[in-house]
Amino acid sequence: MTWEPVIGCEIHVHLKTQTKMFCRCATGFGAPENSSTCPVCLAHPGVLPVPNERAIEWTIKLGLALGCDIAPRAVFHRKNYFYPDNPKGYQISQYDEPLCMSGSFLLPGVGGDTEIGIVRAHLEEDAAKNVHMGGGEGRIHGADRTLVDFNRAGMPLVEIVTQPHLRSSEQTKRFLQLLRQTVRELGISDAEMQEGSMRFDVNVSVRPEGSDELRTRTELKNINSFNFAAQGIEREIQRQIAIYEGGGEVVQETLHFVPGQEHAAPLRSKEEAQDYRYLPEPDLVPIEPPAEMVEQARAELGELPSARIRRLETELDFGLAEGLVTSGRDGLYERTPGDRRAVANVVMNELAAAGLDPTEVNGEELGKLVEARDRIPREAFMKALGASGDGDFKAEDYLGEAVIADESELDPVIERILAANDENVAAYRAGKQGLLGFFVGQVMKETGGKADPKVVNTRLRELLDRS
Amino acid sequence: MAITRAEVLHVARLARLALTEEEIARFQEQLSAILEAVGKVDELDLSGVEPTAHPLELSNVWGADEPRPSIDVEEALANAPDREGSYFRVPPA
Ligand SMILES: [Zn+2]
Repeated sequence: MTWEPVIGCEIHVHLKTQTKMFCRCATGFGAPENSSTCPVCLAHPGVLPVPNERAIEWTIKLGLALGCDIAPRAVFHRKNYFYPDNPKGYQISQYDEPLCMSGSFLLPGVGGDTEIGIVRAHLEEDAAKNVHMGGGEGRIHGADRTLVDFNRAGMPLVEIVTQPHLRSSEQTKRFLQLLRQTVRELGISDAEMQEGSMRFDVNVSVRPEGSDELRTRTELKNINSFNFAAQGIEREIQRQIAIYEGGGEVVQETLHFVPGQEHAAPLRSKEEAQDYRYLPEPDLVPIEPPAEMVEQARAELGELPSARIRRLETELDFGLAEGLVTSGRDGLYERTPGDRRAVANVVMNELAAAGLDPTEVNGEELGKLVEARDRIPREAFMKALGASGDGDFKAEDYLGEAVIADESELDPVIERILAANDENVAAYRAGKQGLLGFFVGQVMKETGGKADPKVVNTRLRELLDRS
Repeated sequence: MAITRAEVLHVARLARLALTEEEIARFQEQLSAILEAVGKVDELDLSGVEPTAHPLELSNVWGADEPRPSIDVEEALANAPDREGSYFRVPPA
């Protein structure tokens, strides 16, 4: 039997507002622990939350980019649970009246677009950070105490929930990459997985190909890398197929993905009974997004990355277009004149390998460099490329210096060197071919390293073999 | 009674409360009485009434995204039952 994976995602994104969701403590990565706290985010008795207007605007903007309907009326709810990451005993979140609903995200692919349904996008506050001590490497298991840092408590967090419309680990990875780029371009989050400002949970099930049933799914939690997501999903797909083919049943569970480990370990639940007893947050009034706020956000959207992939695909192949857009390199590509494929390759490969920030590169100058790429020595090209991120970079400084490829200029130098080294010339002609390197070195020395080694090699051979 | 013994135990578990037998019986009675009292509302015809989440006729109360000073770390930790460096310290979770 052929099996079809059925995959859905929940994505959490930290908004890069200046302050937290319900108090005006500063947000920021890497502040000393518990230095960004106040009575509200520490949940002292009697305090009241005040929502962050910008977080609401940005959630609406994200909702529009995901093709969602913006709710005429949205409500915050309390999600009740006890855990040391949650000082109030509840998290303020959204439940049945979220800000954004029923969206559709276009995922371009080689064979056309796929519509990934978006169930909802809602706004909530993040939990505090727990550090489990004494059990080895911060693991929960075996810990003898837990340390709590409330800097993260109350940071604005958007949760995006997709329909189970994804059909492979590779497609899921591409979806997550494009979603990340979309969020970054909206300017609402850094979506840095290393810093935890973007993380995702993935639901996986499989079914016989052609069927439309939804079988028991398992959830992979807290993934913070695209490759881990793809690996974890693939492993889970294979595990479930093996269970069904062995006549077994998949058990619904939450798995914590550990890179390199053969199987994802079941995660200890925060609340054995998942009974969150949602209730409308009595300390907050409803949000009725004003039309001006929604229209302002819509006006700021610009051309979305999925549309840009489709546009660039008309001048490149799909893989290059997608790679440029999801890596945020398409802006430089579009600023750089010249042969489209050559420019794309340099921007995508060599420039990336040189570790340059594409936003700092002058496209006009890079274009001159790309144009000269096949005429100048590889080392000279790479040297110039490495400098292309400098503010005052001028391609001609490097092109002028880089090459003497002109034979009429090189021949007199070569002849002079051959005349001054007649013993070596005789030895070479007698069969010591290894001496070619010596002559090349002499020419490079004479020209201050500016001679094109390819031309020097060719001319040396020709002149030496002419005898 | 409107509330079963199992429901009392479930709610107690969610609230991390350990109850004696006497308390279980008492809370079952009290919670049932509360539920019955609230149940009076069911006697009214509410078919055209929107659920009320909030008594105020207000919406869109929010604040600008402008930082204000946080409190001092020592002040934040002043009431902590236990600490380790600048962290709050709690039993293993
Ligand atoms: Zn605060």
